[in-house]
Amino acid sequence: MKALRKQIDKIKPHFEKGGKLSMFHSFFDAVEALIFVPDTVTTRGSHIRDGADLKRVMITVWIALVPAVLFGIYNIGLQHSLSIGIEPVFWDMIWFGFLKFLPLALVSYAVGLGVEIYFAQIKGHEVNEGFFVTGLLIPLIVPVDVPLWQLALAVLFSVIIGKEVFGGTGMNILNPALVTRAFLFFSYPKWMSGDSVWVSGMVKGESIVDGFSGATPLAQAAAHQVESMPSALEMIIGTIPGSIGETSFIAIMIGAAILVFTGVGSWKIIVSVFAGGMGMGLLLNTFATNPYMELPAYYHLIMGGFAFGAVFMATDPVTATQTETGKWIYGLLTGILAVLIRVLNPAFPEGMMLAILFMNVFAPLIDHYVVEANIKRRLKRAISK
Amino acid sequence: MENLVNIFVKSVFIDNMVFAYFLGMCSYLAVSKTVKTSVGLGIAVVFVLVITVPVNYLIQKFLLEEGALVWVSEKLGDVDLSFLSFIMFIAVIASMVQLVEMIIEKFSPALYSSLGIFLPLIAVNCAILGGSLFMVEREYANIAEVTVFGLGSGVGFLLAIAGIAAIREKIRYSNIPDPLKGLGITFIITGLMGIAFMSFMGIKL
Repeated sequence: MKALRKQIDKIKPHFEKGGKLSMFHSFFDAVEALIFVPDTVTTRGSHIRDGADLKRVMITVWIALVPAVLFGIYNIGLQHSLSIGIEPVFWDMIWFGFLKFLPLALVSYAVGLGVEIYFAQIKGHEVNEGFFVTGLLIPLIVPVDVPLWQLALAVLFSVIIGKEVFGGTGMNILNPALVTRAFLFFSYPKWMSGDSVWVSGMVKGESIVDGFSGATPLAQAAAHQVESMPSALEMIIGTIPGSIGETSFIAIMIGAAILVFTGVGSWKIIVSVFAGGMGMGLLLNTFATNPYMELPAYYHLIMGGFAFGAVFMATDPVTATQTETGKWIYGLLTGILAVLIRVLNPAFPEGMMLAILFMNVFAPLIDHYVVEANIKRRLKRAISK
Repeated sequence: MENLVNIFVKSVFIDNMVFAYFLGMCSYLAVSKTVKTSVGLGIAVVFVLVITVPVNYLIQKFLLEEGALVWVSEKLGDVDLSFLSFIMFIAVIASMVQLVEMIIEKFSPALYSSLGIFLPLIAVNCAILGGSLFMVEREYANIAEVTVFGLGSGVGFLLAIAGIAAIREKIRYSNIPDPLKGLGITFIITGLMGIAFMSFMGIKL
């Protein structure tokens, strides 16, 4: 470590103002800040409440994502083995999944961080950790075989239009990872929906096992083939086709526990999203007219991206509501909308992404009215005294 | 009853005036700086739509349509005055807006002054003329359906303008690149909100 510090100190003058490599100073700052605590201090007023800075928060979310990543890697291999009918061998599956996952993560990070560093440079502020979590979320919410150039384009769009034009990290109104997915979903629907994109190799027709269907439980439910859906236990463990990180309920709940325990994710949002989804599911059960509506309400919580969205997307502290009452409203509406879109909208089998984006749009309005109501209530108290 | 609920939901979310057709953009962009004013304008638009769409429906049904004048005399059965629809609709809308203006000036002078020129300009807000023209195009069956459609379109506009106003209040202190400050970023937000509203696209009620 000391040798590295010396090395960095040695080359540092080149990157400072006037040095011959000063055009790369943002990139240098990013690398240095990632390895060491930067030696610069705030000059204008102190704003520390706690040691929790952006770096620690981001790393906490990152750690919470690790179970979903590991299971996702395993599941890529498992689904692939099932589809081509070879004997599933644990380490082979892991290796196969790793090789499929790595390029997605690399492209996501390279493009996203590239844009961040470029903008930090031209706007003259320092690079921050804003893309650290988004970069890992993106590969987890796309199908495994999505072409890399499409992913790169989508990341480019979401980081520039979804985030940097608003002033960078902490200022965006929509969750950048979901903007990436929405961009892919509406621009390249062939690669983002259907029955063959969820299992590696199936698009190219490599599947040779008769009777193997790559359809997700959501697609089967939407087609009213309820009897061919995987069992609830399979959906909770996650050995089903789907986007890479979303399949395993258990892995996501481990992440949720980490987020709630460290206080990084709001438990109010997580609980209310699940409550909203469950309530809507029960309501649909009551008025059921087709097999999808008759599906047990808790199925909605464990299939598709519902849990992943509730835990990692809806809780995004930037785009969710800021007020405590607002969090309940925001969460409930997200859950209700997600199930509504799933069941009632034949155009989209999954509603979680769009439900969260929709509520992101209206989060500031909810906050506004919660604050107004607070002001009114306290004003009344002050006057009546 | 169920039919009316369907029309309402459809006109608020699926056929949203702003995000599905990009109508009424001028007042949507200009008045959305604060939530309070924009809600005021939104309610004015709701009010105008709820009255003008049914009135225009009656005019269309009993004056302008081909064969609409049969109630006057049998001989007028093949008269088609629908080429007059634009001018008639605009006349109705303009007089309604005048009425709304007087009401707001009397009861909420603060809102009146903050809306400024954009209040009389509702008369040429294309969301409102659009409401009447969609009413003709979609061939609603009776006056109740038409009224609900007018109400839904207005509520959709209210939702859109209140939503963007809250976002614009939130990003007021963001470090937005200079060339995009003001209208530029508002257009980008509108586009992103449009993506979010696509969640309702394709719902068949």
